[in-house]
Amino acid sequence: MELTVNGKVHEVDVEDDMPLLWVLRDELGITGPKYGCGIAQCGACTVHVDGMAVRSCQLRAGDVNGDVTTIEGLGTPEALHVVQAAWVKHQVAQCGYCQSGQIMQAASFLELNPDPTDDQIDAAMSGNLCRCGTYPRIRAAVQDAAAKLRRA
Amino acid sequence: MSRLRTITRRSFLVGSAAIAGGVAFGTYLYKRELHNPLLDGLEPGAAAITPYVKVDANGVTLITPRADVGQGAYSIQAHMIAEELDVDLAQVTITPGPPSPVYYNGVVSAEGMPIAATSETFLARTGRGVADVAGKLLGLQLTGGSSTVPDMYDRLRMAGAVARETLIAAATAQTGLPRDQLRTEAGAVILPDGAQLAYQDLAAGAAEIDPVTDVTLRDPSGWKHLGKPQMRTDMLAKSTGTQTYGIDMVMEGMVFATTRTNPAQGGAILGFDAGRAEKMRGVKAVLPITGGVAVVADNTWRAFQAVQAVDCDWGPSPYIGDTAAQFEAVAAAFTEDTQDSQFRDDGDVTAALSEGEVLQAEYRIPFLAHAPLEPMSVLVKFTKARVDIWTATQIPRFMQANVARLTGIDAEKVHIHVLMAGGSFGRRLEDDYVMRAVEVAQQMPGTPVKMVWSREEDFTHDFPRPLAMARAQGKVAEGKLAAYDLAIAAPSVTASQLERQNQPIFGPDVAIVAGAWDQPFAIPHYRVTGHRVPAMVPVSSWRSVGASGNAFLHESFMDELCHAAGADPLEERLRLCTHDPSRKVLEAVGEMSDWGADLGPGRGRGLAFCLSFGVPVAEVVEVSQTDAGLRIDKVFVAAEVGRVLDPMNFEAQLSGGVIWGLGHAMNCELTYKDGVPQQDNYHLYSGLRLYQTPQIEVRGLENGGKLRGIGEPGVPPAAPALANAIFAATGQRIRDLPLSNSVDFA
Repeated sequence: MELTVNGKVHEVDVEDDMPLLWVLRDELGITGPKYGCGIAQCGACTVHVDGMAVRSCQLRAGDVNGDVTTIEGLGTPEALHVVQAAWVKHQVAQCGYCQSGQIMQAASFLELNPDPTDDQIDAAMSGNLCRCGTYPRIRAAVQDAAAKLRRA
Repeated sequence: MSRLRTITRRSFLVGSAAIAGGVAFGTYLYKRELHNPLLDGLEPGAAAITPYVKVDANGVTLITPRADVGQGAYSIQAHMIAEELDVDLAQVTITPGPPSPVYYNGVVSAEGMPIAATSETFLARTGRGVADVAGKLLGLQLTGGSSTVPDMYDRLRMAGAVARETLIAAATAQTGLPRDQLRTEAGAVILPDGAQLAYQDLAAGAAEIDPVTDVTLRDPSGWKHLGKPQMRTDMLAKSTGTQTYGIDMVMEGMVFATTRTNPAQGGAILGFDAGRAEKMRGVKAVLPITGGVAVVADNTWRAFQAVQAVDCDWGPSPYIGDTAAQFEAVAAAFTEDTQDSQFRDDGDVTAALSEGEVLQAEYRIPFLAHAPLEPMSVLVKFTKARVDIWTATQIPRFMQANVARLTGIDAEKVHIHVLMAGGSFGRRLEDDYVMRAVEVAQQMPGTPVKMVWSREEDFTHDFPRPLAMARAQGKVAEGKLAAYDLAIAAPSVTASQLERQNQPIFGPDVAIVAGAWDQPFAIPHYRVTGHRVPAMVPVSSWRSVGASGNAFLHESFMDELCHAAGADPLEERLRLCTHDPSRKVLEAVGEMSDWGADLGPGRGRGLAFCLSFGVPVAEVVEVSQTDAGLRIDKVFVAAEVGRVLDPMNFEAQLSGGVIWGLGHAMNCELTYKDGVPQQDNYHLYSGLRLYQTPQIEVRGLENGGKLRGIGEPGVPPAAPALANAIFAATGQRIRDLPLSNSVDFA
């Protein structure tokens, strides 16, 4: 089957029911999306399909019907996305393992809702688990990124 | 010069001369210079001036041997070296280096001694010194006990200074200019005319001369890195998906493996039928391993699917298998036979409690999993000549020895490549998963095997924080605490952990009473007794170890006694406090939280204090009753660490510790049925979510004194402060964790 990931078309030979996460990680070598739980409880695997945040551990490869963007396609160390820049500025990461998913969730959320309330931020980000407890800085970084996006 | 400084200098001032071999023990071995592993295989023209700094034609490499499990250890270690070496951290390579005894940890074993951190008596200092010797002899290159900062603070700054002065000496030799006309900046020696000699161009010259060891550390007033908010060196990679964890390792010809071992703890596999699994797409092999099977495939998901298709015949667990029976065994352990310690016995508790009204309470805390978000994962390449292992670990030296024992290959041929950890919280003090992967790799020599555990395998094969019970008695008189008798019964973490590492354990296990026996309060009759429960399922260190649960036991009953006395919990603690830094954190948290001000109906605040790892921490939690349940509104935290080396990360570690403590207290427990952990994924073990996260205000006090680490001490007071706040808001005293078994949270 054909998959478009970060603007590049890939031909992959996998079962329809292989989760997109494992196609990305083990077939295409794109390791930014992380495996944390496999049951949509942690959000570490979050990627975008046509801009919408999805849990790639739950999306069957055969059901992918749009362009996939991973953290690698959102921005790079040399050219950060505004959400990534906010994450660096606020020094959100501790172990960092959940942060690809947190950033992808936040980027998609802010695309849909560039002027969120604190409660909306809490609701949008609460499906993403962080064992280190970086939540206060995630809140601050999302608010900061939202302000920048509104000015942009 | 302090004693610590002279000792650590000996340990890293290793010249290029070979170290003489021969039999060595006792003080001689301790004082012997340890071999600098960077000298092995060093290219001509490269200099390894100390075990922490390497300079070659490619630039400067800093060795940061304590593991980074998310606490920012690499970054702070690099900043410590850079403070003296004058390098731009964006221009250097930072690596944890190879396992080596030179990177021993002299602080963590001192914390295992029954010496209160507040004690500076001769005996206390001597005892800590003995532990330092032991740490060095054992070559404990381990990360834990919030020891990285205190252990490395002098050592790494000294390493940076020695390297800097040696590079300057090389520049002096090259230019003929005197030392006082040269300075250093951003990885170069600067000549009087402004010309720069890059460190890498001085490497060959530096390797030819003896290291300059007569150096003076810079005064903190001139610091450029330490004491100021630092940009962590890993932040960019971790915000762009470019940080490589063990689970991300890729190698030419690599195969993907996973394991499924008996979910009944310690149970055997009696037999298995791999017929169905072997026919599944992508499966290369189904292999026996200790306690279960492994599937090797061409994709992790295919391995996950196939391993569930193996028909396994499991043996029973040899341990007490059910939670109720486990607690019965703990309850049965409050006897004289099982008494493990009684480090505190002030006044005459027995006499004090023999008359008048005695308050009594019983508390319970559950087993808890570490469950770092990156499940256990490792890449192993095994050949008869050498074994290479890439993984995140806090114990590279033990791992090396254990792989050598398992494979029969010499330890020098076992190469541990330490990677950034996707969390640990103590889980990576164990290397069981590496041994299972090595068993797989041994059955396919020459093929790199990446093993990844499913979340379910990870949860059901953790080494949890043990359960515990406390029986507390006390008496109040004239509005004051008069007597406090706390007995704690728990299995021994230390014995379980050290037994797996083939290390001796002697004497009582301080972890059973840590955070309870050593609290700085002068209650007239005050006793803390530890009882060692016979070993159950294997257990291990969990963020803040014994104090993680003991603070709940100690501080909850302290609160009960204060309320029984009609005393204010803050005022009474201040009245009883014998330790000035502890008093200051209590005062600080009182001021921050506006303690005493009315919160209004349906709200309450709770206070708890714990001195752990030498760090006094006081926390105040505010809660509200809402239609949806209890909500945690605010948390105030004050901690004293001597000196805050990075205020930015200090705040992150303390607030992260609070969230860790609150989340597990609210809704986490590991229960067992027939030896099988019943919580196997995050839907049953959630911890705190963002919407439940309170505002957290942190204050670091810097009253001098000993430098301390902050990765763990924020954890212990969180649970009792929350429970005490719930009591204040609702009148309900909860004596069992998790709290969600008793109340609903919003």
